[in-house]
Amino acid sequence: MTIDPDALPPLDDMIACPHCDTLYMEQDLPDGARAYCRRCGVLLLTSEPGAIVRMVSFASAGVVLMIAAISFPFLDLDVQGQHNATSVLHAIMAFSSGKGIPLAIAVALFIVVLPVVRLLALIHALGPLVRGARPHRSARVAFALTEQLRPWAMAEIFMVGVSVALVKVAGLATVTVGPAFWAFVALVVITVLNDQIMNRYSIWKALDTGFRA
Amino acid sequence: MESTRHGLPGLITAREAGLVACTRCGQVHAGGAVRCKRCHGPLESRDRQSLQKVWAWLIAGIVAFIPANIYPMLITSTLLEHTESTIVGGAIQLVEHHNYGIAAIVFVASIMIPIGKFIAIAYLAISVHRHQILKMHQRHRLYDVVEFIGRWSMIDVFVVAILSALVQLGGVATINPGVAAMSFALSVVFTMLSALAFDPRLIWDADRTAS
Repeated sequence: MTIDPDALPPLDDMIACPHCDTLYMEQDLPDGARAYCRRCGVLLLTSEPGAIVRMVSFASAGVVLMIAAISFPFLDLDVQGQHNATSVLHAIMAFSSGKGIPLAIAVALFIVVLPVVRLLALIHALGPLVRGARPHRSARVAFALTEQLRPWAMAEIFMVGVSVALVKVAGLATVTVGPAFWAFVALVVITVLNDQIMNRYSIWKALDTGFRA
Repeated sequence: MESTRHGLPGLITAREAGLVACTRCGQVHAGGAVRCKRCHGPLESRDRQSLQKVWAWLIAGIVAFIPANIYPMLITSTLLEHTESTIVGGAIQLVEHHNYGIAAIVFVASIMIPIGKFIAIAYLAISVHRHQILKMHQRHRLYDVVEFIGRWSMIDVFVVAILSALVQLGGVATINPGVAAMSFALSVVFTMLSALAFDPRLIWDADRTAS
């Protein structure tokens, strides 16, 4: 089936569902409303006043917490007077002997580098919008990067792994939890909340509006 | 309108309208466009190589999963003994120590999710060629679940990383990562790439070409 191109509304007024390709006319939603695809049910647009401000402030807090999480002691192991303090960097370096180097790099990327890159890219993309200014020229690239990296930033999975590890050594030794541990927990909570608020199609729309202003 | 035959009345796809849509940002373009003007992502009405990539990554993931289960994940040395435990062995040890909850997390994340994912992705890739109209919604749900859950298999790799960093007490007790840690991490990454390569629009196309 083909449709006369002249009969179509302007392309910029339409949006296509990313999962099933169904076309819709883009509309301004009332505050707090959510628009779902009628065919496959994917969330297409949200309208939450203040969502962008919240995301930028969460992301800024996240960067500070990540700095704390890598600089303070993470866990401390004590077996009959023998001590071993571990930072997040130690955990990464655990694989770094010999054949493990690629794995050490991957773990560093998953739990520290990519989460930080995502947070910084988000601040770069949306920061000017908060001040009501025009977005940076690279804002779209930065936001695309945030979205592309989303599955590969695994800070929250790391924390579940840490909990499992703590239970495993609990019988063997006394483990003391350091400030970095709590910084990491807070970081995970913030990241999860941020990803909950974030609706990527609404943000693309907000960026468009910002560029036009 | 012809397209009302399958879906809801009045809904047409960008492809049927002769347009191409960006899957990253939803922007709609004229038919021949190859790069999204908004987010600069690549545009394709349907990713024709999608299934090839899905199968290639999936097979790589399955291959890497084999050594991940044969070789030791953790090498524990204490004053008296030197033990090597595999993924399954580690879960069994936890059960022996009555840590049932944690054993369940490890077992689900390291065994059930990876195997479930292999089957789910293979099923999605095969079913694209079959026209099971009624199951579209379930298949789409399955795709969402697979995409969401795959990363969680990394738990065991992180457990090994933390344990190896933490338990370094000279002669008393040391824990070191085994070969399986690397192959398991690779297997998870490959299956994640496989799931990401799948173009969900293929699920919804199948029924349109059927009739």
